[in-house]
Amino acid sequence: MLELQNISFDVDENGTNKEIIRHLDLKIEDHKFVVITGPNGGGKSTLAKLIVGIERPTEGRIILDGEDITDLSITERANKGIGYAFQQPVRFKGIRVVDLLKIAAGKSLKFSEACDYLSEVGLCAKDYIYREVNASLSGGELKRIEIATVLARKTRLSVFDEPEAGIDLWSFQNLTRIFERMRKEITDSTVVVISHQERILKIADEIIVLADGRIQMQGPGSEVLQKIMGTESAVDTCDRLR
Amino acid sequence: MIQMDAIQKRLLAEVADLHQVPEGAYNFRANSQLAGRQTTANIDIVSKTDVSGIDIHIKPGTKKESVHIPVVLSASGLKETVYNDFYIGEDSDVVIVAGCGIDNCGVQDSEHDGVHRFYVGRNAKVKYVEKHYGSGDGLGKRILNPVTEVYMEEGSSMEMEMVQIKGVDSTERKTVAELKENAKLVVHERLMTHGEQKALSVYDVNLSGDGSSADVVSRSVARDHSYQKLDMCVKGNAACSGHTECDSIIMDQGTILAVPSLEANSVEAMLVHEAAIGKIAGEQLTKLMTLGLTEQEAEEQIISGFLK
Repeated sequence: MLELQNISFDVDENGTNKEIIRHLDLKIEDHKFVVITGPNGGGKSTLAKLIVGIERPTEGRIILDGEDITDLSITERANKGIGYAFQQPVRFKGIRVVDLLKIAAGKSLKFSEACDYLSEVGLCAKDYIYREVNASLSGGELKRIEIATVLARKTRLSVFDEPEAGIDLWSFQNLTRIFERMRKEITDSTVVVISHQERILKIADEIIVLADGRIQMQGPGSEVLQKIMGTESAVDTCDRLR
Repeated sequence: MIQMDAIQKRLLAEVADLHQVPEGAYNFRANSQLAGRQTTANIDIVSKTDVSGIDIHIKPGTKKESVHIPVVLSASGLKETVYNDFYIGEDSDVVIVAGCGIDNCGVQDSEHDGVHRFYVGRNAKVKYVEKHYGSGDGLGKRILNPVTEVYMEEGSSMEMEMVQIKGVDSTERKTVAELKENAKLVVHERLMTHGEQKALSVYDVNLSGDGSSADVVSRSVARDHSYQKLDMCVKGNAACSGHTECDSIIMDQGTILAVPSLEANSVEAMLVHEAAIGKIAGEQLTKLMTLGLTEQEAEEQIISGFLK
């Protein structure tokens, strides 16, 4: 279980202190598919970065399965089984898809293993495995590879920051299938997805609505979705594209 | 072939990826002496009589053959200038692997200045790989000043991989190319300097025939207090296309001066240059750290990928 205890996070904006996360308490149970939604600027991505260790809280503690991980580095948290898919996947000159997957898996990979991870996200290994993770790949391709690197890690807690951001609707329709499958096959890991998309919210065991750095609502997916449909927190895809 | 010691064998593995005697033609030079030579029916190697060096003659139509000409220096205080001329026959398709490894544990400087001239015949295709490497913890410097001249006949193509990623204290690299009609030159240079090293790399590529093209790309990393100057000029003298790019990562107190330049002497010339210098992007480090690497491991992965 992941527990955030009285977490606050402030930033200095042109000399004035700005609170991004305010005294937030949150428990995420094991083996759940949890979606965090809420208006832009509400603190969702910051929350993800606090869990992964990219940002450190101004106050409060983060507990993973009873262990205080607040002071652990990104690397230490990764090695404790926390995975993170970036909202804007990072590009590398000279590092190939297979290199990233190898680093993620922490061992050398057989072609068939790399193929498994890539086919999971709808990419054919033959076409992608030796390509560089650089600007020659489209936004959708980079997103899929980003997700594949998290899958290859076999984490116990995976955080996906807005998988729909920066990709076209066509690609997103396909991407949602990855999460639908992840939801079905969830057994010994916990998945946290930051998303506004109805199709992702629909498969959530639990939905958390975050606004102004505070939890506005938290509960079973179907209940919360009913209340927030049509608001900024739950965006429907265009009817014609269904 | 004379016996090589462990240091020489290690240098050989570094500069030519050779762990044993290669197939095809070769000429090994160790501490200024000929250490082994093999010729083939199509490739002849002859020692020069006026100066130090060799002439390599590749017969027209030679296909899928290779020539290795590594040089290793393991004695301190050696200074040599070597002239190697390659005559590559028409319609041939060959791989040439050169390289120099210096191990200097002594107090005197060791220097190898190699002058390589390539005469590439009509429609010939050449892949040239050159690696430079230095090791040894002596006070004596390891100095390499290679000069490469390439003369390309009509329809010929040449791909050059120039790599110097470790241990060379001082280097001045000069590469000159002259291309005729429809000749094509692709250069990938990879350079890493560290400590107090200084590296100067100058390219002067002349596109003199219609339809000729050149793509000169340098990727470099300057660490510690090292200094690099990358001066890459492509001149368009005909209906040609040229591209030059310097892409560098700067670390610690390193200094990089990148001067990609173009000179158009024909209205039909299409020339482009690019240059970028920057530190390793923080988000790249962060991404690899979320995959379980330490910051230092992440840095090594990013650099080795960049210089691959």
